[in-house]
Amino acid sequence: MNAGIKTLKIDGRDVSARADQTILEVARENGIFVPSLCYLEGLSPVGACRLCLVEVKGASRLLPSCVTRVEEGMEVTTRSERLERYRRMILELLFSERNHICSVCVSNGHCELQSLAEKLLLTHVHFPYRYPRLPVDASHPRFVADHNRCILCTRCVRVCDEIEGAHTWDVMGRGIEARVITDLNQPWGDSESCTSCGKCVHVCPTGALSEKGRSVAEMAKRRQFLPYLTMMRTQR
Amino acid sequence: MTLDELQRAAAEERANQRKVACHLHVCTAASCLSAGGGQVKQALEQELAERGMRSFCQVKGVGCMGLCSAGPLVAAQPEGFLYGHVTPEDAPDITRSLVEGRPVRRLAVSTDLPFFRRQLKIVLENAGRVDPERLEDYIAAGGYASLLRALSEMTPQEVIREVTVSGLRGRGGAGYPTGLKWSTVAKSPDADKYVVCNADEGDPGAFMDRAVLESDPHRVLEGMAIAAYATGARHGYIYVRAEYPLAVARLRTAIRQAERAGLLGNRIAGTPFSFHVEVRLGAGAFVCGEETALMASIEGRRGTPRPRPPYPAEAGLWGHSTLINNVETFANVPVILREGGEWFAQIGTQTSKGTKVFALAGRVLNTGLIEVPMGISLREIIFEIGGGVPEGRRFKAVQTGGPSGGCIPEQYLDTPVDYESLAALGSMMGSGGLIVMDESTCMVDLARFFLEFSKGESCGKCVPCRVGTAHLYDLLDRIVRGEANGGTLAVLEELSDLLRHTSLCGLGQSAPNPVLSTLKYFRQEYEAHLEGRCLAGACGKGGRA
Repeated sequence: MNAGIKTLKIDGRDVSARADQTILEVARENGIFVPSLCYLEGLSPVGACRLCLVEVKGASRLLPSCVTRVEEGMEVTTRSERLERYRRMILELLFSERNHICSVCVSNGHCELQSLAEKLLLTHVHFPYRYPRLPVDASHPRFVADHNRCILCTRCVRVCDEIEGAHTWDVMGRGIEARVITDLNQPWGDSESCTSCGKCVHVCPTGALSEKGRSVAEMAKRRQFLPYLTMMRTQR
Repeated sequence: MTLDELQRAAAEERANQRKVACHLHVCTAASCLSAGGGQVKQALEQELAERGMRSFCQVKGVGCMGLCSAGPLVAAQPEGFLYGHVTPEDAPDITRSLVEGRPVRRLAVSTDLPFFRRQLKIVLENAGRVDPERLEDYIAAGGYASLLRALSEMTPQEVIREVTVSGLRGRGGAGYPTGLKWSTVAKSPDADKYVVCNADEGDPGAFMDRAVLESDPHRVLEGMAIAAYATGARHGYIYVRAEYPLAVARLRTAIRQAERAGLLGNRIAGTPFSFHVEVRLGAGAFVCGEETALMASIEGRRGTPRPRPPYPAEAGLWGHSTLINNVETFANVPVILREGGEWFAQIGTQTSKGTKVFALAGRVLNTGLIEVPMGISLREIIFEIGGGVPEGRRFKAVQTGGPSGGCIPEQYLDTPVDYESLAALGSMMGSGGLIVMDESTCMVDLARFFLEFSKGESCGKCVPCRVGTAHLYDLLDRIVRGEANGGTLAVLEELSDLLRHTSLCGLGQSAPNPVLSTLKYFRQEYEAHLEGRCLAGACGKGGRA
């Protein structure tokens, strides 16, 4: 790993960073808010939700800050009229894609999608709602998967594969038909690879994965285990 | 096989071929085969055998001769008579004509047409001439000489210099300078590099790569081996879509033949250079033509793109430095080494050198495969080579670049075909699909068609492409059906802008191009549809279902 230190500008502020850090990591270290949904510290970044896109001076395209490494002298803009507009539209696309009804959601008040909508001042969705008919899998004795609330961030897929080592979750189908599945699209309760560790439930940003027995707004997620586990692994 | 042995083998094969007074070349590429070319070949062979003429004339299966609309095609050599729409029943007439030395008039296709005269064949120089299933025939045509000459007489740096001087740019569509890509991979200190040939051709209406692979598979292998030598790679993959069974079969035959002859595999031509090639089949996902998705698929993972950088040259297959080029790019390489980079650079325009193979399809008289010098105008391609629009209809637009490209209307037909000019019109070179449309095509319906394609082929990884293409399709569907309101066009434009600037890979970034280009040039058709009318008269009352 390159131990070199880089200095760069984020929103006009001079900041320093290790060469192996991403723009998103450095921005957050310095208290600069950059929205994201698929990114989670401790999991491999995939650059899929496109909410953390930033402007970099000299780059012809917007760059996903979660996978873009810092460079010496870089000038990054994380807030602009254009970026905010795109971010709001991406959130709107997510809300219109499936059936996100906060008032009956177990994660109401603890949901990253919901809180980002508040933070980005979303007031309505101007794309037509798609209202797909999606299943709820309650076959697992302790957990529920409600595909109506899934945003396909694949945090569950990654935590199961990279941290738990079970690879119970994966993605099936493509495009608008894509869906997370357990094993070979078997009911979660029948999964032979699932260790019932619950990591997927707690990294899930919405109420798509939840514990049974929680009512509306009761499903808060606990993620402290993730930085702890990654720290223990790297220090060993 | 050393260079001397290769040249002896070539001379021997040519001498053998000269012993036979004439050859009947029967096209055995997919298009003519599906029109019955296989039976024609059989009937000709049988007829010659029955007449005891086999020592006088031989039937040879060859690759694509280009004029697919007149298939099955047969060419009598050395006279150069070309016959179209040949049936097995024509075999007696054709064999009789060989003796008489006069063409069969009722089957004759003039080779003096602009379709043939205006073309310049570099990539397709062997297509329709050599038997794609015989290594000896490729060698007799000068094949593998560039590879062996490079191995014995040139350093890798000299090979790269030649490719750089040629000005060759990626023929997959984006047009990245090939020499620059090669030198980036060559400079990587990685000890385990890969060369990948992208043959996952998926644009609707495009069949250039298929034709090259079916007509001249050894040329692509030779190009890959040269690239491997230049960059220091030892392993190669050809990623072909499984929907091309004939191309796959011929590639596998070619690899086996080349390995047996010592032209691929360990210690090629007795030099320390080794290169192994494997064929990998795509399972029907358009997005696997995107290089990072393609590599994921080769590795056995789900074929979804990942953000770049790192580019494949830095971290490609299994994290190793990887060179990825398109079929046509590799097919250019043996010629560049043979004739020299400067010779190649004389062809084409200032920024786009050489030729480009196009698949001419749609409402045009001569559909088929063509190769033209860069810089030729679209008008020449469509009206001279293509013979114009049939049935006395009016030309409306030409679509280049498939689902990533755009529609170009009549007023821009004099645009020279090169990477920059097409991009400036809101379209792109793309891999080479050219679909011609006449006045009976509704442009809104056309945009809907391409968005249906992109929506179905989006991998679903990033939000803008996954949800955005679905919304774009739904909005276009409403417009076509006459169910949309006045605000719809603004939403279309807004979504298109979002996809273009925020999608993860080229599929999502370019998916709005068919919408944006038709909105730009044919906005009146959208507006008419909002009022419930279709200007092309194609969508009927309430639109096509």
